[in-house]
Amino acid sequence: MSEVLIDVVRSLVVIIALLTGMAYMTWFERRVISRMQLRIGPNRVGPSGLAQPLADALKLFFKEDVSPAMADRFLYPLAPGISLVAALAAFVVLPIGPTISIAGRQIGLVIQDMPVALLYLIGASSLGVYGVVLGGWSSGSKYSLLGSLRGGAQVVSYELALGLALVGVVLVSGTLSIGAIVQEQAQSVPFVILQPLGFLLYFTAAIAETNRAPFDLPEAEQELVAGYHTEYSGFRFALYYIAEYVNVLTVSAIAATLFFGGWIGPFNVLNGPWWLLIKMTVFAFVFVWLRATLPRLRYDQLMRLSWGLLLPLGLLNVLVTAVLVVVFSGGGH
Amino acid sequence: MLDGARGLVRGFWTVLRHTTQPPTTVPYPEVKRVLPPAFRGRHRLYRHADGLERCIGCELCAAACPSAAIYVQAADNDPASPVSTGERYASIYEINMIRCIFCGYCEEACPVDAIRLGPEYELADFARPEFVYTKEMLLDPEKYAPRRQYHADVDSTDPELRRVIPEDEDLGEVYRTHRPLGAPIESPPEERHHPLA
Repeated sequence: MSEVLIDVVRSLVVIIALLTGMAYMTWFERRVISRMQLRIGPNRVGPSGLAQPLADALKLFFKEDVSPAMADRFLYPLAPGISLVAALAAFVVLPIGPTISIAGRQIGLVIQDMPVALLYLIGASSLGVYGVVLGGWSSGSKYSLLGSLRGGAQVVSYELALGLALVGVVLVSGTLSIGAIVQEQAQSVPFVILQPLGFLLYFTAAIAETNRAPFDLPEAEQELVAGYHTEYSGFRFALYYIAEYVNVLTVSAIAATLFFGGWIGPFNVLNGPWWLLIKMTVFAFVFVWLRATLPRLRYDQLMRLSWGLLLPLGLLNVLVTAVLVVVFSGGGH
Repeated sequence: MLDGARGLVRGFWTVLRHTTQPPTTVPYPEVKRVLPPAFRGRHRLYRHADGLERCIGCELCAAACPSAAIYVQAADNDPASPVSTGERYASIYEINMIRCIFCGYCEEACPVDAIRLGPEYELADFARPEFVYTKEMLLDPEKYAPRRQYHADVDSTDPELRRVIPEDEDLGEVYRTHRPLGAPIESPPEERHHPLA
């Protein structure tokens, strides 16, 4: 019973933290991108516009929930939920801190670390595309459909590069458990030093997975109105919006955990969740920076980048890593 | 490939450098931009030094108005207590500010410089009838302007605003130059400059 209770509390904490973090990610993005474009950004609601996400959320919740006449009755309302659940699900295996003891109980600051956590992570993060594809298809609108087709093709292409980039981490650490991967980095060095190419590949593919600039073809405003969520409004639109930003946080957290040691501080200084937060913030900044700098890729460029560059480099990375691991550790861990 | 990478780095650096520069945004309600001297905002009707209205009710402004926003009804002046300097005066002078496009043709058309477009631009109101400005409102904007306005460059206590324009003053801007009706145009037609062309 109390085990279940602990799981519920941990899940709630993570969900609330993610939703709050996502809200302030939108604020952070708008403020930072404004400064990059010599603007001020939202500064009216609350000090420095800090209450802006709240106002946005309230506005969206009170909007009418429009459903197109041609929409699929069952899938249309369901699809945004799939996106959000998939976005939140990836965080289940990410440790946010060390094991702490409360009232004589050892509680790990991770909802569930399983032996195949990394595999689960890759699976969960690619589930999100169902929300995109089903949402676009069930809307019964050509713009939505085009957006979702792009989303599907994009995720399939980048999934491979993403997986290959993480294989390097698995080879170096010799485990699929993320808790063990973090511990491994605490004992040696952050894996970005051992896997610089792997990190670059992962980050590039991850941006494509989150459908963000410069890989935001599924929602290319200039061509597709808003892509797969063109027909959505109100709360359901908000779900897609939340899912996108939760995905940004998740991807940042994965990059921070697998390549930069997660909650482990540099040289094990002051280990704790704050380090994860700091690293995630840095990645969030990079996401915004990318969006402010790079124009959207053309579709053929997107495909060439994945199949022509990332995938061969990923294979090369796996090969070289495997050989080096065998050479340096004599074939066993 | 190398050129591409260099371009990428330069792009990222440029964007990052811009975060250190002050934003160009004017935080509007708190800070107001300095208006150009020929700014065309809310209309004003002017008086002569002796208090007589300049408007002689000729309706040229109404005729020049491209959006038919001006309505003038003229009446004969009582010689004992004239309202304006001419034979007639405007008994009704109304501008529908919803129709007005602030083109300034009315002040260009006015032979006696009775109407000019002032600096006030915060003209929002709540009811449509409120946007029909009467002669009293146009003669005394300080009293009747829907929103009291302050401008960095226009102080409401500035005597210039209440200054009465002398008969022979050259108003400077080309389209504000007063030319008596029917007076011959000095410059050859090809040199004639239409201010709003």
